[in-house]
Amino acid sequence: MIGGSWSKAALLAIVALLVGCVSQSKPMYDWSAYQQQVYRNLKGDEAGIEDQRLKLEAAATEAQGKSLALPPGYRAHLGLLYLKLGRTPEARAALEAEKAMFPESTHYMNFLLGNLDAGAKTP
Amino acid sequence: MNSMPTCWSPAVWLSGLALLASGCVTMPTYDYTAYRASRPASILVLPPTNAATEITASDSVLAQATLPLAESGYYVLPVALVDETFRQNGLTNADEIAAVPPAKLREIFGADAALYINVKEFGSYYIVIGSDTVASADARLIDLKSGALLWEGKAKASASERRAAAGAGGIIGILVSAIVFQILDDSTNAGHTEAGFMNQRLLGAGRPAGLLYGPRSPKYQQD
Repeated sequence: MIGGSWSKAALLAIVALLVGCVSQSKPMYDWSAYQQQVYRNLKGDEAGIEDQRLKLEAAATEAQGKSLALPPGYRAHLGLLYLKLGRTPEARAALEAEKAMFPESTHYMNFLLGNLDAGAKTP
Repeated sequence: MNSMPTCWSPAVWLSGLALLASGCVTMPTYDYTAYRASRPASILVLPPTNAATEITASDSVLAQATLPLAESGYYVLPVALVDETFRQNGLTNADEIAAVPPAKLREIFGADAALYINVKEFGSYYIVIGSDTVASADARLIDLKSGALLWEGKAKASASERRAAAGAGGIIGILVSAIVFQILDDSTNAGHTEAGFMNQRLLGAGRPAGLLYGPRSPKYQQD
């Protein structure tokens, strides 16, 4: 939507000055990467799994630096990518991290972890 | 229709007032009795069924459904992982998935509610004069414990409508929504951007007859 060379942050700052009411609507989570990478995954970009993982990990580090929260599902989605890359211990850790941050996910994360214990390759 | 978020700018407020004054907006009301009694905290978004001809519609809408729901205060189960779980269980078709009994969904995913989206229109349509790019869908929120309908709604977004709003002075609101809501562009998929705006309208809480805020929102139970 927005032209390439504009930094989104700079544009947002200008817009905030113009409208003066953005602070009320500050997003709860950092959305810089999650939905884009989920979209690639849903479209079946299997060759790009490693790149999806790198993009999500980089965005997570950046969000942490800015004290921004990662959206629900982010860590678990990284877990899916780890599984597809054969990195089961990291997948397990990612599912546990999702559960720790969002207790609402406990039932589903336990289901997936149980499948991992049972030796299934993917959940 | 009033297409802008409700709090962005004086221009948006004014255009909203103008619409009200012109009498073309009827404020819809909604019976939230079942919804308020259920108080769902987690939402399982099922892969959308698709009545449009464009086969990428379901992925576009699903990929952009998490943001409006999460920002409304809900836990949203990871949509691609959920899709993978269905796949591993032999369910690859959205219509088949939509037919899975709520109790079974609850057993696997443990979510409080499931969101069933049906895409109606998606992509570029050639009409009498020129063309337009649109996305529209219906959605139903179902309690997975009881199977009861908690909420239903529909929304549409189009490129022509946004161009018209920009011409009428709503450009700031559009920029804000595009940035804050991280509306995505996909040059190979014309409907994708509209799906982002449409989802925001369909699934963002705080709209007339829209979803209520969820437990993680500061506005929970204030609506």
